[in-house]
Amino acid sequence: MRRYFLSFICLLCLSVFAFSQDGHEQPPVGQHGEGTVQHDAVCGPVEEHEFNPGATAFHHIADQNIYNIGPWSFPLPCFLYAPEQGWSIFSSGKFHIGHHGNGHAAVDRYALVEGSVRRITDPAFPSGEVQLEGTFLKKMEVDGKQKEVAFVCYGGKNYAADSKSTADGGLFGGGITSFYDFSMTKNVVTMLLVAALLAWMFFPVAKAYHVRDGMAPKGIQSFVEPIFIFIQDEVAKPFLGHKWEKYLPFLMSLFFFILGLNLFGQIPFFGNSNVTGNLAVTMVLAIITFLLVNLSGNKHYWSHVFWMPGVPAIVKILILTPVEIMGLFIKPVTLMLRLFANITAGHMVMVVFVGLIFIFGKGEVLPSSAAAVGSILLTIFMMAIELLVAFIQAYVFTILTASYIGAATEEAHHH
Amino acid sequence: MFGSITAIGMGLAVVGAGIGVGTIGGKALESIARQPEAIGDIRANMILMAALVEGAALIAILLCYLSNAQ
Repeated sequence: MRRYFLSFICLLCLSVFAFSQDGHEQPPVGQHGEGTVQHDAVCGPVEEHEFNPGATAFHHIADQNIYNIGPWSFPLPCFLYAPEQGWSIFSSGKFHIGHHGNGHAAVDRYALVEGSVRRITDPAFPSGEVQLEGTFLKKMEVDGKQKEVAFVCYGGKNYAADSKSTADGGLFGGGITSFYDFSMTKNVVTMLLVAALLAWMFFPVAKAYHVRDGMAPKGIQSFVEPIFIFIQDEVAKPFLGHKWEKYLPFLMSLFFFILGLNLFGQIPFFGNSNVTGNLAVTMVLAIITFLLVNLSGNKHYWSHVFWMPGVPAIVKILILTPVEIMGLFIKPVTLMLRLFANITAGHMVMVVFVGLIFIFGKGEVLPSSAAAVGSILLTIFMMAIELLVAFIQAYVFTILTASYIGAATEEAHHH
Repeated sequence: MFGSITAIGMGLAVVGAGIGVGTIGGKALESIARQPEAIGDIRANMILMAALVEGAALIAILLCYLSNAQ
């Protein structure tokens, strides 16, 4: 056991050193620059930049159009739609993915910058496949807001490129831009992978209960059964009463899907996916819960929301009913935020701990090595905590869903 | 590099959540010590309550973040 642990630490040290070496050789990408953009200036970033752990962390947890396993990047299919030029469907391998997810080529005015597809809006840029001289991100002021803008370099000129449209209405720095990205991104691939893994694990188990009916569990069955029984007995039965069997499949799917994604996101250097730390994914899960809760709500539930019995009418109109109606929507919003924030925070802390090497090392070997030892220990500690958080958040999402369904389907009290 | 006042808001929200979750955890441990056979029920309710407290703090943090983005 101890031997495995030691070899694990050695492996981790080696890979972190390899990656920090990577970081030094890499030409400084202009993602943390300041000042205005000079068109017709030198291609690519000009000045040396300070390492910014926050920005780096945000880049590492973002969704990408490539899949990374260790130092290798694998292309994924791109389905892009721009109102000006219609659909473009191709593999992201066409971008000639280079270091750090920056593409060496542009396809139909699309380019790959830091792993995600961008579109060059300038009509002077040629369509079709062209070789780029470089890509970089630059922090600059757009409409009075600090924003990161992607630039590609072609023919000695810098072209600004749009990020994909997002449905956040500009709240998180996104908004509707010149194109829409319907690609199969890293997160989608990870979700499919996890779904396939879960199917591979659960179908034999389900079959075993038919074939080996009445016998003791065997193989992977003995691993799944305690978790399954735990959710059934500790979550479904106490909260849902006698209707627990009807909602059990949903609760189980929810629990194992979230748990699978949380744990898959913990695997270092494999995919680096952050699916449950993506607001869109947790939003969909929360919306499913919201629909299920409110569609299965009975008369008793709705009377408690709109016209709580036994409370003076004036209190109901002024306070209780508005609060209850707000509560209907706050419940799924907190579900969404809780999972998102916990997983994102964990991933970001991990990146920032590795970033300590660059903060304290400043590119020199000795301080970098010392910081690497410290950061590896901190990262291992964080990963252990995140393992716990992965289980707790899956459990909390399931237990809260069960309690909301339970509250919505509860029978009237008999006084 | 300057921070913004929203960072203070986020910090205050976390202080509130910390007090809340700490109280829940402390009381849960106390009740487990008094009645060790009820550990299952207490643990489930403890996590549920902690999650609810955390939810309020998360909403505050998100509002801080959004007010910063405006």
